[in-house]
Amino acid sequence: MAKLAHIKKVLVIGSGPIVIGQAAEFDYSGTQAVKSLIEEGVEVVLINSNPATIMTDKETAHKVYIEPITPEFITKILNKERPDGILATLGGQTALNMAMKLADSGVLKKLGIELLGCNLDTIKKAEDRKLFKELMQEIGEPVPASAIVEDLDTAIKFAETIGYPVIVRPAFTLGGTGGGIAKNKDELLTITTSGLNASPIHQCLIEKSIAGFKEIEYEVIRDKNDNCIIVCNMENIDPVGVHTGDSIVVAPSQTLSDRDHQMLRSSALKIIRSLKIEGGCNVQYALDQHSFQYYVIEVNPRVSRSSALASKATGYPIAKIAAKIALGMTLDEIINPITKNTYACFEPALDYIVAKIPRFAFDKFPTANRRLGTQMKATGEVMSLGRNFEEAILKAVRSLETGLYHLDSPAIKKLSEEELEKKILAQDDERIWAIAEGIRRDWSLEKIYKLTEFNYFFLNKIKNIINHEVLLKKTGKLEKDLILKVKRIGFADQTIASLLGITSQEVMDFRLQHKITPVYKMVDTCAAEFESSTPYYYSTYEDEDEVTETTKKKIVVLGSGPIRIGQGIEFDYATVHAIDAIRSMGMEAIVINNNPETVSTDFNISDRLYFEPLTPEDVYHVILREKPEGVIVQFGGQTAINLAAPLQKLGVKILGTSLENIDRAEDRKQFEKLLKDLKIAQPLGTAVNSMSEAQNAAAALGFPVMIRPSYVIGGRAMEIVYNEAELTSYMTNTVQVNPEHPVLIDRYMIGREMEVDAICDGETVVIPGIMEHIEKAGVHSGDSIAVYPPQSVSEKIQMDLVKYTNDIAKALKIIGLINIQFVINNDEVFVLEVNPRSSRTVPFLSKVTNLPMAKMATKAILGESLLKQGHKAGLHPVGREIAVKAPVFSFAKLSEVDIALGPEMKSTGEVMGKDFIYEKALQKAFIAAGVSIPQSGTILVTIADKDKEEALALFKRFYRIGFSFAATEGTARLLHEIKIPAKVINRIDQGEHDIMSEIRSGHIDLLINTISKSKNVESDGFKMRRAAVERGIICMTSLDTAEALLKTLEMNSFVMEPLV
Amino acid sequence: MKKIQLILENGDVYIGDSFGADLTNIYSFGEIVFNTSMTGYQEILSDPSYCDQMVVLTYPLIGNYGVNKDDFESVSPALKAVIVREACGEPANFRSTESLGSLLKKFKVPGISGIDTRKLTKTIRNSGSMKAIFAPLDYPKHNLDIILKSEMPKDQIKRVSTTSPIHFPGEGKRIVLVDYGYKKNILKSLLKRNCDVIVVPFNASFETICSYNPDGIMLSNGPGDPTDVPETLPVIRQLQDKFPLFAICMGHQLLALANGAQTVKLKFGHRGGNHPVKDLKTNRVHMTSQNHGYAVVTESVGKTDLEISQININDNSVEGLRHKTLKSFSVQYHPEACPGPEDTAYLFDDFLNTVGV
Repeated sequence: MAKLAHIKKVLVIGSGPIVIGQAAEFDYSGTQAVKSLIEEGVEVVLINSNPATIMTDKETAHKVYIEPITPEFITKILNKERPDGILATLGGQTALNMAMKLADSGVLKKLGIELLGCNLDTIKKAEDRKLFKELMQEIGEPVPASAIVEDLDTAIKFAETIGYPVIVRPAFTLGGTGGGIAKNKDELLTITTSGLNASPIHQCLIEKSIAGFKEIEYEVIRDKNDNCIIVCNMENIDPVGVHTGDSIVVAPSQTLSDRDHQMLRSSALKIIRSLKIEGGCNVQYALDQHSFQYYVIEVNPRVSRSSALASKATGYPIAKIAAKIALGMTLDEIINPITKNTYACFEPALDYIVAKIPRFAFDKFPTANRRLGTQMKATGEVMSLGRNFEEAILKAVRSLETGLYHLDSPAIKKLSEEELEKKILAQDDERIWAIAEGIRRDWSLEKIYKLTEFNYFFLNKIKNIINHEVLLKKTGKLEKDLILKVKRIGFADQTIASLLGITSQEVMDFRLQHKITPVYKMVDTCAAEFESSTPYYYSTYEDEDEVTETTKKKIVVLGSGPIRIGQGIEFDYATVHAIDAIRSMGMEAIVINNNPETVSTDFNISDRLYFEPLTPEDVYHVILREKPEGVIVQFGGQTAINLAAPLQKLGVKILGTSLENIDRAEDRKQFEKLLKDLKIAQPLGTAVNSMSEAQNAAAALGFPVMIRPSYVIGGRAMEIVYNEAELTSYMTNTVQVNPEHPVLIDRYMIGREMEVDAICDGETVVIPGIMEHIEKAGVHSGDSIAVYPPQSVSEKIQMDLVKYTNDIAKALKIIGLINIQFVINNDEVFVLEVNPRSSRTVPFLSKVTNLPMAKMATKAILGESLLKQGHKAGLHPVGREIAVKAPVFSFAKLSEVDIALGPEMKSTGEVMGKDFIYEKALQKAFIAAGVSIPQSGTILVTIADKDKEEALALFKRFYRIGFSFAATEGTARLLHEIKIPAKVINRIDQGEHDIMSEIRSGHIDLLINTISKSKNVESDGFKMRRAAVERGIICMTSLDTAEALLKTLEMNSFVMEPLV
Repeated sequence: MKKIQLILENGDVYIGDSFGADLTNIYSFGEIVFNTSMTGYQEILSDPSYCDQMVVLTYPLIGNYGVNKDDFESVSPALKAVIVREACGEPANFRSTESLGSLLKKFKVPGISGIDTRKLTKTIRNSGSMKAIFAPLDYPKHNLDIILKSEMPKDQIKRVSTTSPIHFPGEGKRIVLVDYGYKKNILKSLLKRNCDVIVVPFNASFETICSYNPDGIMLSNGPGDPTDVPETLPVIRQLQDKFPLFAICMGHQLLALANGAQTVKLKFGHRGGNHPVKDLKTNRVHMTSQNHGYAVVTESVGKTDLEISQININDNSVEGLRHKTLKSFSVQYHPEACPGPEDTAYLFDDFLNTVGV
């Protein structure tokens, strides 16, 4: 039963930019799938708009197109490449939607291209709520009472017949966008309105709420011979009611008896067989805690986030196998890649427990609604493995990098009894900490069960953690047996130290003296039944260590942990490249990371993978075990850089740029001195430790000032402050000032922002390219549109940038990568920031310049000079193509988050558009980012005083190509003055036709709104921007972005001017 | 918590926490094996096929959902000990009536927790199933050595089989189930299909069985070495000539022996719920539940009137046999599941379709 002989060339569709609900897991599955197809001798063509992925490396597939993922662009590629088949089940919902659109458009039929893995009928049956319900009823699988609605009246009528609460699920959306649970008519109206808007087919499912049931998932694979296996099942600790992507999850299920499990397993097999899926599929169930009653919640007829998690949790590579099945191979003929001597047709047996905790971006969005529900909000996740629940969950807690090492949060500790109960009921991302605190306060488990419906099994386990805290406190000192006991259930040294009132170093010294250190167990898919040699390990405190000894030189690479805003897939990209480079030099690459979504945690990528928290203790243990030459910290973002100092203190060798030089770049005072010595300008500024120092500094610099805490990721809590009152508010509310963590105040310089990434081996500096940001300084570089090569900056300035980069890299004795951000103010270059590490732009720049930057850097770190590698010093010559990197946001998923761009980073992903003409590259980037560009229509404009002049010039140009305007009185008057007609509309709540009603009624096609600092105006602005997001209207808060959009429109439009 | 020791034939000693029955002055002796199922400990510990065995459960968290009154595969456990990484003392499931530890205590089965079960499993995998002993820490070392050198008993089937026939009335076809240590769910699977079932002792004579006028015969699973009960073979030969016959596990091995094939002891057996078995006729692969330490020798089948109908895709071992001319067939695995996948329950229907036709 070999593969389909006529499938010789396949187009694989990627998932595009990272957004909430669709993250790095599809780079992992896509990359795996492509490799798997190539293994079978298939020619692979790939399309993905996301440059920050491994799958879009030109080495990954035979042909890689970084182009917008739209039916139009894909059709062009299909016409050009003429593949025999399309594989769309490994690129998330995006790819699946494309498959449907392409099939519906008839192009597949016309060109004779097959849809591989699952046919159109299957996709529709699984995705269309009505067809799915019919199918379930046909095969006798229970689904909650539900109705499909396309309008509000039907929704209300139905809800009233089945009773509240009800769940609203919009059809064909990512991560449940626009959905939610409604407890009454008002809530139903609000949620259904946004749900209908979010659904591309204007359809929602209103469903009886089964909140409180256990939520269980099954990962199923089927081949064309109807062989089916379950890779793994997973149990959500959060009962039904919280999106599975936002839930804490364990694998395998913990509270299901064999009978419960087999009942659902058999159901899952029945479902995948009825859908005739050839490949992977995910089935979600709700199971009553008090009976055998269950409901099928959802089926994803494709590889999903959960299947990536299941792959990492079991070691079974679902995407790889699914790709082979799509080619017509069967499970019993595909070799099991783990054991290499058995077949893929088996069900993994685990001898450990896996815990997954989602990572949220609420630390960056203090105004966001933190309540978790049916709409996914997490940006990433961490996974950990342990031999008991407590160990797994505590390892996952410290993998999150929220500053907490334990189920113990100082903020929650402060809550009163009443506040704590409210906090638990708030069902937010901190619920498990609140539950732990309740147990710590001796609340009965019954009380907590009533508040949460968390299964008692999990509550008892949390209680066991608390019991051991008490035991430690009671013992009051380091005692060998007890320390071993608490280490076995996952306590960090830091936790032990704080309970005993000593330092974590003392705990570690005691442990090392008494030989209480972890062993490393192998993940082998078969619970040790068969011999395997998977290089995939996790730590635990038991007897036998399974790491095999090798004689090669070893290098440890630290990963970047969970995906969050400011630290995304770009760092995983660089990590994977570093691993490749290490291996190509004949050394062993050892990876430590905890993100189950990524390519770097595919155990096939490195020589050894340790799935561990990225804390000094956990990393140090691996280093003690492996005794590597040293550790590379510069590819894992701020996570890895932050580990450099504690690791060096423990005697670990940091490879590449030295810790001292990292400090010289990151420490304010040392950095100032460095620039002064190099005679390079930087915006005036200072570090302050108190309110009065801040006031004095601001007065000296002059408002506006840029203000932020030191050592942060992605501009967290960074603001532009315009006056003394705002400064006071910032210093009291936003940051906690203390001498250890000073606050930085800089003069805010308006100007063009430039960014340079370079590689240095200590002597030679190679500069792959200079990027120009479209938005002026003040908008976080991660949220700016970046253009390579620069379009509006003089040769002289570019030469200055090259010189400064050279000087700084050499002065910092950089070995590896460096990223520098500049601002050009009145033709003068100022340095804003130096990052002595891999940056967000490394994958983008690597792709557009064809220089494998992370690999070059790794080789330099390992002693192969850049010249020896064959590179030339200085700026790399520019090619003919122009590339634009545009940010992508997930605002639709995060209610109550302000979408206005500023110094705080908000984007979750990025896309690339490239062409030979700048405007076309820009346009591609906009299309790829999902900005639906209106070709004409009405622009609603509200402009801050400071921006008037610039704005009016733009509006004239929009007017010239046929746009009309709406504005509130003040702005409308300005437009009238320059003879542009504008419809006058009322401010919010100032009469019938106010801004909100205009937006909601669909009369507005584009919103241009620059931020005014006046608080009243601003709260209106916030409402207006949110309304636009919810209606899917493009909203631009930077005139620079608006101008970029305008340029693409002008290129495509004819000027509409009467004769004069 | 009280400590207890587990000593293997190869000299390895594991010291862990005692749970279940309390071994103060006595010891427990048996053959140590491992099972990789992640759920189904209650079914496993009450499966008579584990008679005289000590079972390592490779999944580290055991007892999470407690035990209930429905999921027993026999009236009382026949195994010698339960070995786990962690035994859950506070189970949570709507059917749970007590904890695993309290059940084991009731049935006087000792348990050990808190040991490195993965290391132990790897030892069994590499050195094969072996004898082991469970004893208090202060049990005289000399006595332990003597016990470990002693032979394992060979009368397991006799001990677990019923001594007198039992009738489970039903309105459909009459099936005689020969009890070598049958699991309840074999009986339930037949009763669910309306069969009228008579369970008979393993050594029931051909005449006795015929006296019940059965429509078909089922040979059950059971513990130990199939060559320990040669007296059953002539009966099976007579039965297959006269009745449609379906045999499971031990029954499968005895059917093979009765037809002239041979069996062999496997290094560490197949025990778990994820064993892939291919039906050679349909090419379909099913996940099966398995528990056996012996297997039919592939090469020995050729000389008999049997043919191999199913194989294990991992090690190609014999998983199913079919008589070339008679209506008898057998499987090495457990189509009745409990614990394990329900993929092959259709075999009961296949069997009943051959009955009374």
